[in-house]
Amino acid sequence: MQSYIDALIQNIGILQQVPPLIIYTAAILLGCAVVFGYISVVAMIMIYAERKVAGHMQSRYGPMRVGPHGILQSVADSIKLLLKEDTVPDKAHRFLFKLAPLLVFAGAFVPFAVLPFSEHLVISRMNIGIFYILSLAAIEVIGVIMAGWASGSKWSLYGGMRLAAQMVSYEIPMALAVLTVVAFSGHLGLHEITHAQGKWPWEWFASPLKSPFTAVGFVVFYIAGLASTKRLPFDLPEAESELVAGFHTEYSGMRFAYFFIGEYTAMYVVCAATAVLFLGGWNGPFPGVVNMLGKTFFLLFVMIWLRWTLPRLRIDQVIFVCLKVLLPISLICVIGAALQAVLF
Amino acid sequence: MQDFLQTEEILVNMGPQHPSTHGVLRLVIRTDGEMVRETYTHIGYLHRCAEKIGENLTYKQFVPYTDRLDYLASINNNLGFCLAVENLAQIEVPERAAYLRVMGAEMNRIASHLVSYGTLGMEAGAFTPFFYGFREREQLVAIIEKMCGARLTYHYARLGGVMRDITPEIARDTREFVRTMEQRWEEYNTLLSFNEIFIKRTANVGIIPRDMAIGYGLTGPCLRGSGVEWDLRKDDPYSLYERFAFTVPYGDGRMGTVGDSWDRYWVRMVEIKESLKIITQVLDGLPEGPIMGKVPRVLKLPVGEAYMRVENPRGELGFYLVSDGGTKPYRLRIRGPSFCNLSIMNALGRECLVADVVMILGSIDVVLGEVDR
Repeated sequence: MQSYIDALIQNIGILQQVPPLIIYTAAILLGCAVVFGYISVVAMIMIYAERKVAGHMQSRYGPMRVGPHGILQSVADSIKLLLKEDTVPDKAHRFLFKLAPLLVFAGAFVPFAVLPFSEHLVISRMNIGIFYILSLAAIEVIGVIMAGWASGSKWSLYGGMRLAAQMVSYEIPMALAVLTVVAFSGHLGLHEITHAQGKWPWEWFASPLKSPFTAVGFVVFYIAGLASTKRLPFDLPEAESELVAGFHTEYSGMRFAYFFIGEYTAMYVVCAATAVLFLGGWNGPFPGVVNMLGKTFFLLFVMIWLRWTLPRLRIDQVIFVCLKVLLPISLICVIGAALQAVLF
Repeated sequence: MQDFLQTEEILVNMGPQHPSTHGVLRLVIRTDGEMVRETYTHIGYLHRCAEKIGENLTYKQFVPYTDRLDYLASINNNLGFCLAVENLAQIEVPERAAYLRVMGAEMNRIASHLVSYGTLGMEAGAFTPFFYGFREREQLVAIIEKMCGARLTYHYARLGGVMRDITPEIARDTREFVRTMEQRWEEYNTLLSFNEIFIKRTANVGIIPRDMAIGYGLTGPCLRGSGVEWDLRKDDPYSLYERFAFTVPYGDGRMGTVGDSWDRYWVRMVEIKESLKIITQVLDGLPEGPIMGKVPRVLKLPVGEAYMRVENPRGELGFYLVSDGGTKPYRLRIRGPSFCNLSIMNALGRECLVADVVMILGSIDVVLGEVDR
C-alpha cells in the first residue's frame, strides 16, 4: 500500500506540500475505516446467515419478521445492543473489564492488514504475513482471559481458564500445519504462498495430488482454527449448558457486541487464512476477489454447518485431541513436507 | 514459595437459575479447577404442597392436579391416581377405556422421551436434536390435543375411564405419526446417538452399577440402564398392559460400561420404539364399548388404604391413599420417580468434570415439578 501512496504523492502536486507523516496517518486511518466497515457488514451478514442456516437445518425458518425473510434482523439487533444499558458488575475489575472486549476485537481486526482479497487488493504485502496473523490472533486470547478474570464471576473465570488451556493446545498444531505449506513456498508472505499454488483445485495445497502432507495439514489447520475461534465442537469457553455464557456472562450492550463481532471476525480471518494457505487464495477460474470470497464463505458455511450438527467436546478431550492426535500428525506432516520439498 | 502459589477450591452455585438444571434445581458444586470434588443437591424451589392440596380436595377434583406433578407425562400421572382410587372404590373400568388409557400413556411416554432426547443433546452442546425432538413432539401433541383439548396438562384419564373417545381422524393421525416416528428414529440416531463426540461425552460417564441403582431405589430408565430388567408394565401389569407384546430394553454397556449415561439414554430411545409398537396394537385391537365406568356423583371411598404404582417415563410413580370413609383422602402420599432418581446425584457428581455433572443430570432426566411436588 505504501507504493500506492508514494505514487499518489508523486502524481498529485498539492500532496507534496503536506508532511508525509500526515498523509500516511490519514491513509492508515482511512484503511482502518474501510476494513472496519467491511467487517461490520460481513459480521452482520454472517450473523444473519448463521441464524438462517441454523433455522433451515432445524426445520424452522429462522428470522422472518424484520424485513422480507428477516434480512434486517442483524440491523435490529445492532440497534438493540447499542441502546442497551451498559452495566459493570460491582465485583468486576473496572479497567480490565472495559479493556477486554476492545482487545478481543482488536485481535480479530488487525490480521486484515495482510489478508489479500486478490493479487492487488491488499493493505500491506508483509513478508511475514502468516506469522503476523498467528501471533496477533493470540492477542484475542489474552482479551478473553482478561474478560473472564475481570468479570468477578465464577462462570466467567471458568470460561477464561478453559480458553487458556485450549489455547496452549491448539496453537502448536496450527503453527506446525502452517509450516507444511511454508516448506513448499519457502516464504512466510501470503502472496508468495498463493503464488506457489495454481489455478485449479489439484494445484492447491489442500489437494493430496500436490502433497499429501499439506492436505493433512489443511485438515489440522481447519480443526485448530475451529478451536481458536471457539466454535463447536470446541466452544467450551462459552458453553451455555455448563458455564451459562462463559467469559462474556457479565457483559451487556455494546461490550457484548464487541465480543460478538470479534468472534465472527476471527472466524472470517481463520477461513480467509485457510483459503490463502491451502485453497489457492485468489487463484481460480473466476476473477480474483470472487474466488477468494467464494472460498472464504464456503469455509464459513462449513463452520456454521458443524456448529449446528455436532455436540461439544469435554475439556480433557479437547486437550487430548490437540496434543495427542493433531500434534503428532502435524509433526509428521512437517517432516514429510520438508523431505518432499527438498527431494522432489 | 508454597504460601505464595496456592490453589483454592471454588464453591459454585449451579442454579436455580441455570440453563441446564431442568427448571429450578440448585446444585452446589465444590470444584478444584475443572474437577468437581463434591455435588450437593438442593431442592424445593417448586414446592406447591401437592400432597396437602390432595387432602383438601375430593378425589375427582385432585385428578387435574396430578397433571402438574410430572408435567411432561400428565396422562401417566392421571392414570396412577385414578387406578389408586378405582382400586379402593372398586370401580370397574371398561375395556375400551383401559385401552385408550394405555394409548394415551404411551403417547405421553414418547413425548416425554423426545424432550429428554432433545435436552440431553442440548446439554452436550448439540442444538439441533432439540428441534428435531420437538418437531415430532409437536405432531404428537397435536393428536393429544384432538383427544382431550389440552397441550400440556391433559387430564385425559379420569376416575372410571377416559375423558373422550377417539375419532377415526385421531386413529388415522396416530398411525401416520407411528410411521413418521419410525423413520425419524433412525435420523435421530444418526444425528446424536451414534455420534462419536456424543458417545465420548456419555459413555463411561456417571456409571451406576446394578447394586447401587437398586440401593438408591432408582426406577425407570435409570434402573434399566444399569442392566436391571424391571418394568412395572411387565412385572406388575396394570390397565391391561399384559395384553400387549413389547420388550423391555435394558443397558448392556455397548459403548462403555453397564449403567453409564449412554446406556440410560439408549434405554429411552429404544423405549420410544417399543411404545410405538404398543400404540399400534391398541389401535388394532381397540374393543367397542363405553369409555366411562359407573362412578357415583359424590364419591366416598370405604375406610382403608391403597397403593398403586405405574411405570412413568421416569420410573415408578406411586400413589398411597388412606381413606377415612369421607369424600376426601385422609392422607395422600406421592412417590415420585424423579425425586428418588435425583437422590443419586450427590453420589455420582464427585471426582468428575464440570461438564460431566451436566451430562449426568441430563441422563437421569428429572422433572422438578415432580421432585418438589
